[in-house]
Amino acid sequence: MTSRPRLTRPLIYAVLILFCLFYLMPFYVMVITSLKPYQDLNVTRMWELPRTISLDGLVEAWHRVAPNFRNSLEITIPATLLSSLWGSINGYIFAKWRFKGSDTIFVLFLLGMFLPYQGILIPLVRTLQAFGLYGKQLGLILTHSIFGIPITALLFRGYYAGIPNELLDAGKIDGCGFFRLYRHILLPISLPAFAVVLLWQFTPIWNDFLIGLVVLSNPSRAPVNVAVQNIAGSWSVEWNVQMSAALIAALPTVVLYLSMGRLFMRGLLAGAVKG
Amino acid sequence: MGADQLTRSGQRAAPRHTHWREQFAWFRGDTRTAFLVLLPSIILVAIFIYGFIAWTGYISLVDWKTAVENYDWVGLKNWKALFGMERFQWNMRNLAIYAAGFMSQCICFGFLLAVLLNQNVRGENVMRSIILLPFAVSAIVTGVAWRWLMQPTTGVNLLLQKVGLANIDFAWASDITWGALSITIASAWQFTGYIMALYLAGLRGISDDVVEAARVDGAGTWQLYRYIVIPLLMPVTFSAVVLTGMGCIRVFDMVTVLKGPAFSTDMLAFHMYQSTFGLYRTSLGATIGFLMLLLSLLLVVPYLRGTRFEEGA
Repeated sequence: MTSRPRLTRPLIYAVLILFCLFYLMPFYVMVITSLKPYQDLNVTRMWELPRTISLDGLVEAWHRVAPNFRNSLEITIPATLLSSLWGSINGYIFAKWRFKGSDTIFVLFLLGMFLPYQGILIPLVRTLQAFGLYGKQLGLILTHSIFGIPITALLFRGYYAGIPNELLDAGKIDGCGFFRLYRHILLPISLPAFAVVLLWQFTPIWNDFLIGLVVLSNPSRAPVNVAVQNIAGSWSVEWNVQMSAALIAALPTVVLYLSMGRLFMRGLLAGAVKG
Repeated sequence: MGADQLTRSGQRAAPRHTHWREQFAWFRGDTRTAFLVLLPSIILVAIFIYGFIAWTGYISLVDWKTAVENYDWVGLKNWKALFGMERFQWNMRNLAIYAAGFMSQCICFGFLLAVLLNQNVRGENVMRSIILLPFAVSAIVTGVAWRWLMQPTTGVNLLLQKVGLANIDFAWASDITWGALSITIASAWQFTGYIMALYLAGLRGISDDVVEAARVDGAGTWQLYRYIVIPLLMPVTFSAVVLTGMGCIRVFDMVTVLKGPAFSTDMLAFHMYQSTFGLYRTSLGATIGFLMLLLSLLLVVPYLRGTRFEEGA
């Protein structure tokens, strides 16, 4: 699609740059507002750079959300690791050990992945209460891991389906069974798939609000996004603190995304479907 | 063929018996191991997704309206009550407005940006990353930033005034009429990059030969897109419609942060949350939750039937 009239190219750049400015605008406002001292928070100067840079807002926000930030790490990291490992074994089965009905089971897994959490929230709470896991981080870790079963299986199944069967057949001739084929042949070459799953599991679990709000309603135990909403919900908190808290909550996923963004195009479909 | 097989003793087996054996022939050795390893996941999905859905459906048919569990059967009473609520009418009005705003922004801008990025532009990687960046942040963070941007006395209004485009004191998300539509600006800001990426992957999948052939036949840019590219991208558009549509049905975080006055931005998910966990009207909450499931199924079932997941998505 080359050879276009002279005028259209500047137009293409102009439109793209305008859109980029639009997508950067909230980040710009968050960053400059978080760096302004309290006295500098004038609504008429909202778009101007801070006159003096102050870390008061960030310090105050960190003071407020640090425990929740740690909660989120303690929830997201185990849940991501657990569901990735689990997903890799399930994907291995769906891709390489098909049995009668396995494709039907897979489609039922996928269907479940698309449905909104509101349809299962009440039984979830009752069940967690019954097992003494309600209000506990472990409850949230297990919840995220269980609801991660379909998506991680989907991602790993796709990756393993691309690995030639001949590779496994060679292993079978050497006498490898189910577990050794996985452990010695597939697992060592699974790193790219683990990276994709890490990206697509860490992000939604870290960014989760609903499940955290319902299962860990205690403010001191809540994940960071619930804490940010609590801060934003109380109008007494200054904007520089609100913006700082939002930035802190956004930091891990933004860093992960910026460092692993090229993996984004893989597993693209998976990202948007989680309840 | 089962009836012709011989059993170990050399006699012809009864057809029914062999049939049974055939049916479970796969269930041995490593395949059995595979099944047993998968079994916990099957059980958990069966309970935590399908069992819970059935349970929610059941709760919607009983009279549980306090903090104390109550399973007295009332039939469709909760459903009738829900459909008669003024708040429910607001929910449906807002869903329609939200869907119109969110889906059109995501799909139109997502497609436009993908097409523009696909023109061999310089700095494509940087611009693509910028457009995708909002997808990495949570709806809560997005909402907090946009709440500041949507303050009537500052934010977007001030920016419009400064660049001389308009002098308004519009309340955006807090506007009683246009609140639900205003919120979609924030939601679409976050999600358009994702739709752009879907379209970009689709565009990259169109072979140059097809485009060249159309060019040779004298198709202009407009005709090329109208008759070749857009029809070829229909599966992507279908995905985009389903994914954004489901986003509308379940939107919760964003309307929690950017809540407008009264029910002006009230959505099903928010109504469900407040009924269940605020007012303990559990059966009503279950009814709303189940309705959200049904609405999603309308989108998901045709989607799953039309999508092949072999390519690993």
